[in-house]
Amino acid sequence: MSASTVVFAVSLGFAAGLLAGFFGVGGGILFVPTLVALGLSQLDAEATSLLAILPTVAAGTWRQRHYGNVRWRTALALGVVSIAGAAAGVQIATALPEDVLRRFFAVLLLGVAAQLAWRSRRAAPYPSQP
Amino acid sequence: MALKLLLIGLVAGLFSTVFGVGGGIVIVPLLILLLGFGSKVATGTSLAAIGITALAGTILYAFEGHVDVAHATLVGLPAAAGAIVGTGVQQRVSGRALTLAFAGLLASLAVWLLVA
Repeated sequence: MSASTVVFAVSLGFAAGLLAGFFGVGGGILFVPTLVALGLSQLDAEATSLLAILPTVAAGTWRQRHYGNVRWRTALALGVVSIAGAAAGVQIATALPEDVLRRFFAVLLLGVAAQLAWRSRRAAPYPSQP
Repeated sequence: MALKLLLIGLVAGLFSTVFGVGGGIVIVPLLILLLGFGSKVATGTSLAAIGITALAGTILYAFEGHVDVAHATLVGLPAAAGAIVGTGVQQRVSGRALTLAFAGLLASLAVWLLVA
């Protein structure tokens, strides 16, 4: 792996974390295209992204707990229920052809980009509201 | 409340493994819209919930041999540092410029994925 590849991966990793902390997401939306650019297949990039999310949300949760913004019972309930959805998702993702999975992801990216652009048009994006 | 949480959790889990994301893009807006959470509490709670979702997804995919630990470390560790900065920034600024910058970055990545 060349030095420029490492710089690219570290920069986009940091940006993903910034996005994660700021918007309360895992950062996967940036991890996946970064990992594809590094040569992983779409499915391997998605699976690897989920592992990269773990240190990201651990750090983010630790800080948000400090700010008093975590409702633990709600988080636990959501997390436990999500396991069933995640198991179904693995079946779907592994059954889909690689190029279809990649196009689905690209459409999701466009949708999130549009949502972010729309939100910034209004007076305040939601992280700034009380 | 319980039914809404069930719905949000299931959709977030499905999104998580189909797209390789944490599910926060589903959890944050739905906690705000369906359960009336404030935005900062929604993002904080989302991060904690994603931890469980992503752990389950990682284990499920690892069984099928799709998880690349070296690459996950390469992007995941700088991301942990980024998350600490991001949560700090969230407490202080409205972040309009940051939001627009992310929108531009994601849109260009989407175009690249579609044409590549």
